[in-house]
Amino acid sequence: MRRLRSAWSAAWPPLAFGVAFLALWEAFVDWRDVEPFVLPKPSVIWEQLTENLDIITRAMWATAQNALVGLAIGVVAGLLMAILAARLRTLDELLTPLSAAVAAIPIVALTPVLNTMFSTTSSIPRRLIVAIVVFFPVFVNTARGLRRIEPVHAELMRSYAAGPWTTTRMVRLPGALPFFFTGLRIASSTAVIAAIVSEYFGGLQKGLGPAITSAAAASAYPRAWAIVVAAIALGLVFYLAAVAAEWLAMPWRRLSVAP
Amino acid sequence: MSALLPRAAQVKRAAWLLVAILGLCVLWELYKLLMPDDGVSIGDTLVLPRTDDASMPHISEIIGTFDDPEVAGAAQASTVGSAVSSAAWYSLRLAAAGFLFGSLVGFALALLMQRVRIAERALMPWAVLSQTVPLIALAPLVYGWGANLTLFGLDWQPWMSVSIISAYLAFVPVTVGALRGLQSPPAVQTELLACYAASWWQTVLRLRLPAAVPYLIPALKLAAASAVIGAIVAEISTGLAGGIGRLIITYAQQATGDPARVYAPIIGAAVMGIVAVGSITLLDIGLRRFQGIPEPSAEPDIAGSVGGGPVLRPWRSRA
Amino acid sequence: MSDAITIAGVSKRFGSGATAVHALESVDLVVGPGEFVSLIGPSGCGKSTLLRIIADLIPPTQGTVVVADKPVGTARLDQEYGIAFQQAGLLEWRSVRANIELPLQLHGVGRAERRARAMELLELVGLEEFADHHPSQLSGGMQQRVAIARALAPRPALLLMDEPFGALDEMTRERMQAELIRICAETSAAVVFVTHSIPEAVFLSRRVVVMSPRPGRITATVEVPDVVRNEDFREDERFYAAVTEVREALRGRLAAA
Repeated sequence: MRRLRSAWSAAWPPLAFGVAFLALWEAFVDWRDVEPFVLPKPSVIWEQLTENLDIITRAMWATAQNALVGLAIGVVAGLLMAILAARLRTLDELLTPLSAAVAAIPIVALTPVLNTMFSTTSSIPRRLIVAIVVFFPVFVNTARGLRRIEPVHAELMRSYAAGPWTTTRMVRLPGALPFFFTGLRIASSTAVIAAIVSEYFGGLQKGLGPAITSAAAASAYPRAWAIVVAAIALGLVFYLAAVAAEWLAMPWRRLSVAP
Repeated sequence: MSALLPRAAQVKRAAWLLVAILGLCVLWELYKLLMPDDGVSIGDTLVLPRTDDASMPHISEIIGTFDDPEVAGAAQASTVGSAVSSAAWYSLRLAAAGFLFGSLVGFALALLMQRVRIAERALMPWAVLSQTVPLIALAPLVYGWGANLTLFGLDWQPWMSVSIISAYLAFVPVTVGALRGLQSPPAVQTELLACYAASWWQTVLRLRLPAAVPYLIPALKLAAASAVIGAIVAEISTGLAGGIGRLIITYAQQATGDPARVYAPIIGAAVMGIVAVGSITLLDIGLRRFQGIPEPSAEPDIAGSVGGGPVLRPWRSRA
Repeated sequence: MSDAITIAGVSKRFGSGATAVHALESVDLVVGPGEFVSLIGPSGCGKSTLLRIIADLIPPTQGTVVVADKPVGTARLDQEYGIAFQQAGLLEWRSVRANIELPLQLHGVGRAERRARAMELLELVGLEEFADHHPSQLSGGMQQRVAIARALAPRPALLLMDEPFGALDEMTRERMQAELIRICAETSAAVVFVTHSIPEAVFLSRRVVVMSPRPGRITATVEVPDVVRNEDFREDERFYAAVTEVREALRGRLAAA
């Protein structure tokens, strides 16, 4: 019962704010007679969303596929590379400054290059861009987790005369899980963002990005906003999936601390 | 990593970075050399890229393209390089404007959230959520405001759409990071200042602000990088003239004639990002005197602090 | 029965030249089988260092240490001792039971046998109901009890403890001390116990070894009378006498340093 109450007390302020925000938005548009090309009313956006649900879902699915495939590739690559880098110092020294530099640059700008390398009718360039964007947070965070071992655990394992691989298997890997999931949370939301942005560079017109630009070009602004809402929902779904995965994989973290 | 590394380590890192970049160039050329021109296909789909000169230009060609005249045979020859640098400068200014505005708003909001607890509870989840959703999707819509909008007596310029996207992408990490930083001083320190009857503002100035620096720096780096990406993407989705995004699209369209050309503005965009984040690092160096504060807990530095991270080092004394 | 530990002429130096730290200098000590010995002294006297040398976690610069008739390296490989640190150091992703099973698992003990031994130990430390809980659900004192159970899992003849109760409050500490007495009585292991606390050292041990810093060495040994260690002992005259003796030993040395 207490858990429910504390969950409610955490949830109602943002919910209240959200509702108030939408209400004010709706009222403001009416009061100031704002043109739809500037800001449509939430109610109109909702209308457009429900009316165009089939087109929107199809576009969502296309973008989601790219994001998903890219996410899978990037996560696996990032994870493997982190494990390798933990064993090979040289690799770690190479990749860490590179990762820091890459964090500053807009990877999505590489899309036209990939479009030429493959073909403009292929989904692979976008998926590769997502994979690259996803790789770095997963790699950096997992590598960080694998590097750390609490001194008391290190001493304990030494007192057990445990070899390096045993220590890695029993202590470093499980200990690195929280770090991996931090990376995954970042990666999952970034995957959707990268998938949408890469769609702006031309090529297949199936995803959410082109849907928004074509709606805007046709001056159907409320519909464009509705597709934006769908894009936001997609990002949220991916993020929540990562959070759920984290919750499932680490049962010991769900528990409250005894007094 | 807000704590600065000693000189030797910094040089070492820079050296490794160069090695990594050279390594990538070597890999590029090696791949071109070894792989078939038409790439590798599984069935109808190309899984490994084509390696002919039209699809993958040599590194030498890419470097050479900066010197090429922009418009062949034009009377007033401007090079690709100069076009890229002026476009990059233009976009950088837009991003900077957005970054400054967004950071100020973000910081102000963080102060509000620190002061008014209910504001934090109501707004923080939204701030955190904003980091996980593709707000960049709004770019074409903001651009639609075009030149037909007058806000507070100021005519909306198209470039402002780009800056406002940068501002939005920058403001969220700054809010989250600044708030974490402002809340970071342990109870023992805030209680000390309460004993001195310090006002809220004095506490902020003397305690919370300095304590927030190690959290602010990574947040500002993220905000700077986001602002740059936001500006470029906004330019691409809206086709704003003069910016590097537009240049990428233009050169990409010319790719059949001159495949190496499109790499130039892309490299320019990368440099923009590095300049933006680098300027925050300079700020970090300038604020060095606050580096005595221990590093924040095991949260990733390159991304928003979404939810609690594992704190792996409980500070227990060892006698 | 041979001695649990024989320490002969052990010295430990960290670093070299002028900035070297002489953590230990010519330490000699013998711990008999089943004997409870405390090491006490101010910070920097080398007590933790000595413990780690016995555990073969760090090598001595000079001298020899023999544990259960073997050189320390072999003793470690043969798991002749169990160790408990100031931090419980439980692996948060394992249940309490799995934490206790850790040393057994690492040394190839079969699953059924491991489980049986873990349950046995849980009963010994009074935590049977918490077998499937996770460390984060346990208080500090409880975690430390699990750590002690884990240290006892391979049935070692020697227990090494580095201020295991240091992070606990006084009331819990006294309770844990009583628990430890009971547990040691049932297992008849020798114990080397590092502590900062004079009453703790006197309450738990037969012999209190007093050390002093710069360089770390043994300066005195206080024998505690062989009285039943229960709560009454804390009010006994002989307890206070021993505490005073230890305090004088510590002070005497400190005054001269």
